[in-house]
Amino acid sequence: MLHIVNKSPSERNSVDTCLGHAKDGSAVLLIEDAVYAATAGNMSEAKVKAAMPNVKVYALGPDLAARGMSARVLDGVNVVDYGGFVDLVAEHSNCQSWL
Amino acid sequence: MKFGILVNEGPYQHQASDSAYLFAKACLAKGHEIFRVFFYHDGVNNASRLTVPPADDRHIVNRWSALAQEHNLDLVVCIAAAQRRGMMDDNEAKRQGKDASNIAPAFRISGLGQLVEAGIQCDRLVTFGD
Repeated sequence: MLHIVNKSPSERNSVDTCLGHAKDGSAVLLIEDAVYAATAGNMSEAKVKAAMPNVKVYALGPDLAARGMSARVLDGVNVVDYGGFVDLVAEHSNCQSWL
Repeated sequence: MKFGILVNEGPYQHQASDSAYLFAKACLAKGHEIFRVFFYHDGVNNASRLTVPPADDRHIVNRWSALAQEHNLDLVVCIAAAQRRGMMDDNEAKRQGKDASNIAPAFRISGLGQLVEAGIQCDRLVTFGD
């Protein structure tokens, strides 16, 4: 399962809720304002780090760049472009957007 | 692979219309098929022909139309969501006694069944919204 989250952790709790529900071996893709959850010092940093051994975490590179956050990505987060986004959707048998 | 895309947010609101468009382009660049893009809720405003953004801003509506015409995409607007928001084609305008229509080229108005069909026919259905 690929989970897609698009809200900043300081706006809504969808990142935390998603990480709480994601099964081991699933993937979480952070897009739009949710890319803040992939950066050092964000309020969900501990939860993201705690999830990373069991859940693969990806962040959309263009959305990180648009927010000036490209240099603050947490270790272990995989940065992908839109082509990588498409590949992630194709690789996983289903996807869920946490709106 | 066959992709379906659902857009639930209006243009120039947050980022869903842009994300959906760039995702659609990336799908096509990778050789995937886009079975349908379905516009629901405030997403129907992506189809307004009367949209006039400032000249130095992206034109979200024209961009959808151009992509659809280039790749023969099926852009479908939910009829109930459209009527609530004053979005109509010529037939609907006539049927409702309105003096104008405002749907942009390459979009068509149809029902929720089109979304259900996309869910059945597509290998993946990706939702973009608020």
